Amino acid sequence: MYKYDDVDRRLVKERVAQFRDQTRRYLAGELSEEEFRILRLQNGLYIQRHAPMFRIAVPYGLLSAQQLRTLASIARRYDKGYGHFTTRTNVQLNWPKLEDVPEMLAELADAEMHAIQTSGNCIRNTTVDPLAAVSASQVGDPRPWAEIIRQWSTFHPEFAYLPRKYKIAVSGGPDDGAGVRIHDQGFQLVRNEAGEFGFRVWAGGGLGRTPILGQVVREFLPWPHLLTYSEAILRVYNRYGRRDNPFKARIKILVKALGIVEFTRQVEEEWSHLKDGPATLTEAEVARISAHFTAPAYETLPAKDVQFEIARRDDKIFAKWVEHNVHAHKVPGYAAVTLSFKAPGQAPGDASSEQMEFVADLAERFGFGEVRVTQTQNLILPDVRLSDLYLLWIQAGGAGLTTPTVGLLSDITCCPGGDFCDLANARSIPIANALQQRFAEIAEIEDLGELKLNISGCMNACGHHHVGHIGILGVDKNDKEFYQVTLGGAWGVEASLGKVIGPSISAAEVPGAVQRIVEHYRNERRPGERFIDTYRRIGIDGFKARAYETIKAPSEDKEVVNG
Amino acid sequence: MAKLIKNRTVIDDAWTTLFLAEGETATGVALPAGPLLVPLAVWQARRSELQGRGEALGVWLGPADDAAAIAPDLALFDVVAIHFPVFRDGRGYSTAALLRSRHGYRGELRAIGDVLRDQLHYMMRVGFDAFAIRADRSIEEALQSLGDFSEAYQASWNQPQPLFRRRAAQEAA
Repeated sequence: MYKYDDVDRRLVKERVAQFRDQTRRYLAGELSEEEFRILRLQNGLYIQRHAPMFRIAVPYGLLSAQQLRTLASIARRYDKGYGHFTTRTNVQLNWPKLEDVPEMLAELADAEMHAIQTSGNCIRNTTVDPLAAVSASQVGDPRPWAEIIRQWSTFHPEFAYLPRKYKIAVSGGPDDGAGVRIHDQGFQLVRNEAGEFGFRVWAGGGLGRTPILGQVVREFLPWPHLLTYSEAILRVYNRYGRRDNPFKARIKILVKALGIVEFTRQVEEEWSHLKDGPATLTEAEVARISAHFTAPAYETLPAKDVQFEIARRDDKIFAKWVEHNVHAHKVPGYAAVTLSFKAPGQAPGDASSEQMEFVADLAERFGFGEVRVTQTQNLILPDVRLSDLYLLWIQAGGAGLTTPTVGLLSDITCCPGGDFCDLANARSIPIANALQQRFAEIAEIEDLGELKLNISGCMNACGHHHVGHIGILGVDKNDKEFYQVTLGGAWGVEASLGKVIGPSISAAEVPGAVQRIVEHYRNERRPGERFIDTYRRIGIDGFKARAYETIKAPSEDKEVVNG
Repeated sequence: MAKLIKNRTVIDDAWTTLFLAEGETATGVALPAGPLLVPLAVWQARRSELQGRGEALGVWLGPADDAAAIAPDLALFDVVAIHFPVFRDGRGYSTAALLRSRHGYRGELRAIGDVLRDQLHYMMRVGFDAFAIRADRSIEEALQSLGDFSEAYQASWNQPQPLFRRRAAQEAA
């Protein structure tokens, strides 16, 4: 885990002092609303429905137990005793007071945390695979590269006032747990034919109002050029991205307008001037950063643990949890565990201060004091001994964190929606809760198998509904909440964008429509075939017909077509 | 006389910045006497006239203007300015970086327009050394913000080596 050095610490403290003074000037009337808006956004502060919303960065989703305790303490003292883990692995607090934020930032700085560039039209937090350095299929560890990007992007003077926000993902390998194709810029670790280490570079992806999957800008970028190439892409975007319309200002619109061939030509031309410049990475620097991410002190353990095998055989409920919430580890005798924040009735991603402190304790008791935040709004303990799994399961179960549904229908990814967010057109948490209630029977959702269901309360798509196998989008019609259903989205290496099935439906109709969609899958599937594969084989029509079967008069809106 | 921050000091600004008003054209606009910062279009339309005046020469670029458009002329200018119509339009940062790094401009690079203290630090780092602070704001207070941060990770004009290279050099020494 990365530890701040003197410079990191000093810069974060100087930022706190800067924002403290900016807040003071705003409250004294010396800064206009608009001037302060831009400054507060770059410090993670939105003005929301009920109060300011404060977004704290969790760089590449990695937290120490101590940092989690700091979050718990801040949420308790300055907020209502809970926080929300977001689909970009950050933490949001919904009820802080503006005047308290500088003090909260100071306390975060003491725990080597910050809210720098968690909003605004700048380079945001970098996303990596949640199973980085755990999954055996990875080419390399994405975290050192993400930390290198964190430092380089922090207060980058040229790219603080971009046309729009800018999100980077780094994936450690071919299975792409980071989602490189739905980010403005993505790096995928690869080895070329000569065995050299580098990146496949993607650009122009993003969800939101106009969802587009990123395209390959460069098949192989040798690792020393990570930053100079990023600067080339960003400079082209900063100069030529649209600024006349915020809805058309993301890099994906520029890439689409120019075409990937012309965009790539411009990037390569810009890069020809930057290549081998001072920002070129050195082996010494990569080694210095990588030293923070060396393997923890794993014990030498047998690949199989007898007690664990016996428990799994004898306790069917435990076995279910192992099947869905426990992940293979490349180190023999270890596993990674998802602590589920999707218990029925819980708002997906919400965690109370007590839960955060409890997870911090678990991370120390059953690992090396490290926790990861996932883009599906759960937390992962990355290094649990197989022999500890049963005890962990019992203890975590007592706190309601062992809902055995990871990757199944009720492991719903969901934005805060209209209950909290000022941008939302409709509420999303009640839809998630209604679906969790409808699909509470574990045997039923297990039978449906891998099924990703995502809910967004508006077209900004924080709930990533476009890449859910089933996606649900809140829309506003004549001040009423309606929901549009998309099918066929997918994530990661098999990424695709879902298609809208037709007119939007009321909240009350959503569970029934989803029920009929999955029934259609059950009727049509071949043995062992996943929902997404059945959908891809048979197409949307049958699903669509079934979804609307009992809905008498679907609302009259036009379909919103992706693109 | 208007004030200017130049090389971290507040000085009197002897220059007039020429803007084309509604209906005025680059070819028709009157050129006031004295050192004059003209829009790119005026420079392009009337360079021999401007050069014949015997005054110091200056040009300003708008956010959409390409730094390359004045690259061959850079040696002629005493001042190049970049105009920020609104502070959150960040194109001028890339223009400045290009003028300094790609085109080797070493003279005064001035930020004009919606220039506010909370952006000065970044502006200084990409290559600006002069700031015409918006008239309704305190220039002395703005000056303080240049010290907001004592270090930076990235390479930039005022610090051509990124932190990681400087640190490595220090450790080797």
